[in-house]
Amino acid sequence: MKRIYPREEVCIGCRLCEVHCLVAHSKSKDIIKAYKRETPRAVPRIRLEARGPVSFALNCRHCEEPSCVQACLTGALKKDPDTGIVTVDTEKCVGCWTCVLFCQYGAITPDVERGKIAKCDFCMHLKEPACVANCPNEALLLVEETPEKPPKEPAHA
Amino acid sequence: MPEYLIIGNSAGGIGAVEAIREVDKDGAITIVSDEPYPAYSRPMISEYLCGERNLEQILYRPSDMYSRNHIDARLGKKVVKLHIDARQAELEGGEKIGWEKLLLATGGTPIVPAMEGMGKRGISTFTTLDDAKAIEALKGQARRAVVIGGGLIGMSVTEALVKLGLEVAVVELMDRVLGALLDEPASRLVETKLLSNGVKLYTDKTVKTIAGRGANDSIVGGVVLSDGQKLDCDLVIVAIGVSPRTQLVKDTLVKLNRGIVVDNHMATNVAGIHACGDVAEAYDYVYRTFRLTPIWPNAYVGGRVAGFNMAGKTTEYRGGTNANSLKYFGLPVVTAGMVNPPSKDGLEIISKAEGDVYKKVILKGGRIQGIVFMGDIQRSGIVFGLMRDGVDVTGFKDKLLSEDFGLSYLPESMRKEKIKAGSR
Repeated sequence: MKRIYPREEVCIGCRLCEVHCLVAHSKSKDIIKAYKRETPRAVPRIRLEARGPVSFALNCRHCEEPSCVQACLTGALKKDPDTGIVTVDTEKCVGCWTCVLFCQYGAITPDVERGKIAKCDFCMHLKEPACVANCPNEALLLVEETPEKPPKEPAHA
Repeated sequence: MPEYLIIGNSAGGIGAVEAIREVDKDGAITIVSDEPYPAYSRPMISEYLCGERNLEQILYRPSDMYSRNHIDARLGKKVVKLHIDARQAELEGGEKIGWEKLLLATGGTPIVPAMEGMGKRGISTFTTLDDAKAIEALKGQARRAVVIGGGLIGMSVTEALVKLGLEVAVVELMDRVLGALLDEPASRLVETKLLSNGVKLYTDKTVKTIAGRGANDSIVGGVVLSDGQKLDCDLVIVAIGVSPRTQLVKDTLVKLNRGIVVDNHMATNVAGIHACGDVAEAYDYVYRTFRLTPIWPNAYVGGRVAGFNMAGKTTEYRGGTNANSLKYFGLPVVTAGMVNPPSKDGLEIISKAEGDVYKKVILKGGRIQGIVFMGDIQRSGIVFGLMRDGVDVTGFKDKLLSEDFGLSYLPESMRKEKIKAGSR
């Protein structure tokens, strides 16, 4: 399955991944409208962590044994057995935030305005996830991997 | 004869059948439940009661999940006896179902204390959809309700009743609500929220008598508290808590403590019989012992582990602890592990309170034992994960409660390993 790996060696903390994630999950898909006109504003599903020179952006790991899916009280979170992608059915989600507590990556965001969670969906509507496509430094790497064969450390460091 | 017999059709039972079907596509599965509904989300019966969701909308899995997975679902059937030597479960009416592998996922049963005046119309518990339906049927004639018990179930029914426009009074034995889940400052914040929503609180009190009205006093008219106060009401909801539903294994070979005793494979002491969920005493990694941790996520994971083992894929339960996310009247609170330690010896407590935000972690030897996050819960999952993994947080303990806490505070090698691992 696909995973997105942050490369903190080249991440400068510009937050463009957050911006483009937000736009990709907005109604209009337009950067100005998404920020200026849409209320409630869309919520980014990737989060930059920055501390001194260390920075990297993290989103859902689409875990092999996803705690969020297993903890979900309503059945709104599912792991697709074919693609491995963890998705949320926002019709079923009641915003109980149990998954927020159970995600050890902090990768699930309570979208308080909508009363639903927001999480990475791999931008299935796009050719490539928006965060990966718009990172100016290739600090987000899209990797195809199998559980048996973990990815090699990216050559570039 | 089914290869797999599952008694219980909630989180644990579903966790088990989903795991079984991942490794065994064909083995015959029978699932029996005395509830007539497809698996539904038990915590959502409050949303059902207040009319925000219907049955279809609280189903835990699509209703065709049984047929798609070739599961013989015997819903609305009650197992009354286990014949363990013969490996047979006897249903009400006498029918017997055999098993190769049995899972006891029978859950809990509400505790109803001895009170004078029981048996009147208008008294209910609140753990099943039928409970919610019973209350729903009476809500039109009800103006006031008394909820006995200020725990999780009590709070959730209270919120639903308030949304329905009822006046609600909560009677709690302890000196504060949610005393088992929250520390005192957090309980007080929840209480403030309750009071501002018109809920009346009667702490340090119990209900002695349920008074009647109508012909022969057959309908609930009020309650009398332990201090003699009288409260008028039309509904009494008993929400003291639940106890493991162990009747089926009483006086059998299956080892029983407060709940069914299981090992790290969710196996009981009897070959071929597993147990999980609210009925089982599974490993708690905070208390480092096998004990009841009756929460939905642990039931699902325990059921999943049981299912794998039943189907021949050896799997260990890594342990679970009590962990809850609450959102009564819009106030987000998460809590996990040892929140009210029996003694403060050897413990370090870090806390922070600012306006609506309250956070606390309890440490022992640099390892997290318990957490309460209120108001701002966004980063609580990372802290909970560090607690689960037993990570020594000494080097960054002062940052655990900060708004921007994250994996960046972990040592580089640990952080990179964690991100790469993608949770195993």
